[in-house]
Amino acid sequence: MTKLVNTLTFPRLLLQHAKTIPHHPAYREKYLGIWQVTSWAQNLEQIKHMACGLASSGFKRGMNLAIIGDNRPQLYQAMVAAQCLGGVPVPLYQDAVAAEMIHVLNDAAISFAVVEDQEQVDKLLEIKDQIPTLTTIIYEDPKGLSDYVQSDLHSLKQIQLLGKAFSEEHPEFFLTEVEVGQGSDLSVILYTSGTTGKPKGVAHTHENFILTGQHSSQFDHLNHKDNILAYLPMAWVGDHLFSYAQAMVNGLTVNCPESKETVMSDMREIGPSYYFAPPRIFEGLLTQVTIRMEDAGTIKRKLFEKAITFAKNVGGDILDGKPVGLLDRLHYAFYSLTIYTPLRNALGMSKIRVAYTAGEAIGPDLFRFYRSIGVNLKQFYGQTETCAYVCLQPDGQVKYDSVGVAAPGIEIKLADSGEVLVKGVSVMQGYYQRPDATAESIDEDGYFHTGDAGILDKDGHLRIIDRAKDVGKMANGKLFAPKYIENKLKFFPFIKEAVVFGDGKECITTFINIDFEAIANWAERRHIAFAGYVDLASKEDVYNMIGDCINKVNIDLADDPMLSHAQIERFLILHKELDPDDDELTRTRKVRRGFIAEKYAPLLDALYTGKAEQFIDTKVKFEDGRDGSISATVRIQDAKTSTEVARA
Amino acid sequence: MSTMTNEVSNSDTVLQLENISLSFGGVKALTNISFDVKEHEIRSIIGPNGAGKSSMLNVINGVYHPQAGDIYFRGEKRKQMNPAQAARQGIARTFQNIALFKGMTVLDNIMTGRNTKMTSSFLANAIWVGKARAEEELNRHKVEEVIDFLEIQHIRKTPVGKLPYGLQKRVELARALAAEPSLLLLDEPMAGMNVEEKQDMCRFILEVNQQYGVTIVLIEHDMGVVMDISDRVVVLDYGKKIGDGLPEDVKNNPEVISAYLGTNH
Repeated sequence: MTKLVNTLTFPRLLLQHAKTIPHHPAYREKYLGIWQVTSWAQNLEQIKHMACGLASSGFKRGMNLAIIGDNRPQLYQAMVAAQCLGGVPVPLYQDAVAAEMIHVLNDAAISFAVVEDQEQVDKLLEIKDQIPTLTTIIYEDPKGLSDYVQSDLHSLKQIQLLGKAFSEEHPEFFLTEVEVGQGSDLSVILYTSGTTGKPKGVAHTHENFILTGQHSSQFDHLNHKDNILAYLPMAWVGDHLFSYAQAMVNGLTVNCPESKETVMSDMREIGPSYYFAPPRIFEGLLTQVTIRMEDAGTIKRKLFEKAITFAKNVGGDILDGKPVGLLDRLHYAFYSLTIYTPLRNALGMSKIRVAYTAGEAIGPDLFRFYRSIGVNLKQFYGQTETCAYVCLQPDGQVKYDSVGVAAPGIEIKLADSGEVLVKGVSVMQGYYQRPDATAESIDEDGYFHTGDAGILDKDGHLRIIDRAKDVGKMANGKLFAPKYIENKLKFFPFIKEAVVFGDGKECITTFINIDFEAIANWAERRHIAFAGYVDLASKEDVYNMIGDCINKVNIDLADDPMLSHAQIERFLILHKELDPDDDELTRTRKVRRGFIAEKYAPLLDALYTGKAEQFIDTKVKFEDGRDGSISATVRIQDAKTSTEVARA
Repeated sequence: MSTMTNEVSNSDTVLQLENISLSFGGVKALTNISFDVKEHEIRSIIGPNGAGKSSMLNVINGVYHPQAGDIYFRGEKRKQMNPAQAARQGIARTFQNIALFKGMTVLDNIMTGRNTKMTSSFLANAIWVGKARAEEELNRHKVEEVIDFLEIQHIRKTPVGKLPYGLQKRVELARALAAEPSLLLLDEPMAGMNVEEKQDMCRFILEVNQQYGVTIVLIEHDMGVVMDISDRVVVLDYGKKIGDGLPEDVKNNPEVISAYLGTNH
């Protein structure tokens, strides 16, 4: 097994598919309103010409090839072409501004770049002076480029024609080059987004991605008949796993949408069987459906509401193959015919066998909604350094708050600090030309340190609770994971932000930011009069309602032996909305806990000294730049904890 | 798009207007105006409100018939004609206040631009056989090329009435381009657009002109745009021509400045 695998490379997979499934579509791309198909045989031919063209223009083994653009078959082909020649593709984020690309292009010593269109060509020409190694820019779409006269600029068509002539002259060249390639060669360098410091290149071998692709495909029973929609950035590790590695391993069909704006309608036309989207896309889709149902006629709306409520009770269990009564099954079948199937169809999800989400926490209601209408939505966990392959949720064992069990070929363990450590097929070789950074993140035993803190539940499911560096200890030495609790709170539509305290303290408390729109609506329906944000935030009814939400979170936490001690004991509702302009949130809306604790020190103090209310005067910055202040007497309330439940 | 017709006539001049006068009853819209449009150029017509710019376009594509003056199109003196004939000769236009079929999709609207190119009979089209079908496929292909060129794939099936103004303007340009014109008349294509939409529109106009060699007559109020993309500019004021020449010359013409700034007449 290992021997066979050692000789496996992506170019060899290409040769294999061109032989075994020559007429099966490798790519579909919508162009001029029609889905244009490239079969595996044609795919091989085009890649061969591309590779020969690159070689005859001076691209050599060991060079890196920059790839910049939206998901286009030609750009995926360019990746294979580079690999055929023993080069390494380096996909870049296509929406990055030119200046942001300089570091990556220099770090990878790029001399050849294959880009999508005029937009990307312009960016590269703008920064060309700062990239001494860059000699050749190849573009796919000639639109708007006819009057560019730069000698280092070529169309992909030209290169392929060059390659065709070259391969006719040197018929053995292509196959010889492919045969030199080994599974242990680098196959791709993916750059981290670099939120902290400069982006680092994550170097993976063919083996890394092919083994990952094989294991994950077996796990979800993928085969060449599957269809996937490639619409997320090619530079992102997830797209490289789904649209490249798994596609090449199985010979499945990658569908490229017509443009960014047409993704949803293209999805409906294709009906992918395998699908990935971050939680916000699933949320956006659900919102669209909800809005449209509100405009529907009374009968339709009532039927829809009944069906969805019913699905919540049994839909998930039916999908998981758990026992469900005959009457409920018949009931579900009826709604399936009238509501769920048409709904899935409207969402472009009628053929989905497996759908994944990852990247951020997904709300339990949202997650259950999709599962209840029969979409097999699951979560996974992984990062660039691990080919996005560490944990997967197995069919039938899906829990909304876990990311699943260790994937086949992967071993995970928890460090004493709670940090998740990973070893296995998907772990990278190292950061490109950064042995120092590699040594920091991969230890002597070969474990990659993820930087995420997690806990394993009794079934071996991993739950990610926070970044390891944010996890603290309470006064009694027990685990304190603020983000985990904050996320649980924020899943309630009434709670916009939550800031949980407890590091080094004897109990856990929280500041709550209400969602003004949602609560104002709620208050109006109950005929509760209020004068504005500050007034609404201090209403007793609102306090009681938020108290109920916190109580539910506490019950949830009590269920968990690792976290039953971490229940919220006291809370208050802030009199002003946390705002990036006041430095309370980052621009990406993450709470800055330390800053908030300092700014609202009297309130925090009151939470821990048992006071029932506290006056505070807060400085705020208005949108026009003026300063002002808001003062209020903030009530503080005890929350119901459920230690009793945990003991029982 | 690649086959967009580009008939080069013997003479360099596409359109010659000589001493055109047009009046509606006692109102003189145009008085004794002469200018020419050369092959492949972007010729702008500017002037204050009511100067007669749109009337000029209407004269060119046969909506209005001037009381006096001669029009030569590709060297031939033109007799009385109507817009349909003008369209068949390769003149397409867009309108100041969007004239699309609001209830029809973008695709259908653009397909109407192909109307003059359809030769199969009504009956053949109705039963959808043979030539009619092949013709429809060809026309749809042309339309898709225009859709791709103007980057409006995402609204292909959207009814035009639902679209924002900037996109409707783009659809109108698309319909004009679908007719594969050799002379394109654009009546304020950028009115009411934001900066980004204007930049896009400029890019499209320049590309239509440079890539496909379409001659363009442009009415526009945004002086920055006019000065940037025009080859030559003609200035009208109260139905009279007060300036004609390169953008630079027109900009410095004292009469033009006074017409725009409203100083002593």
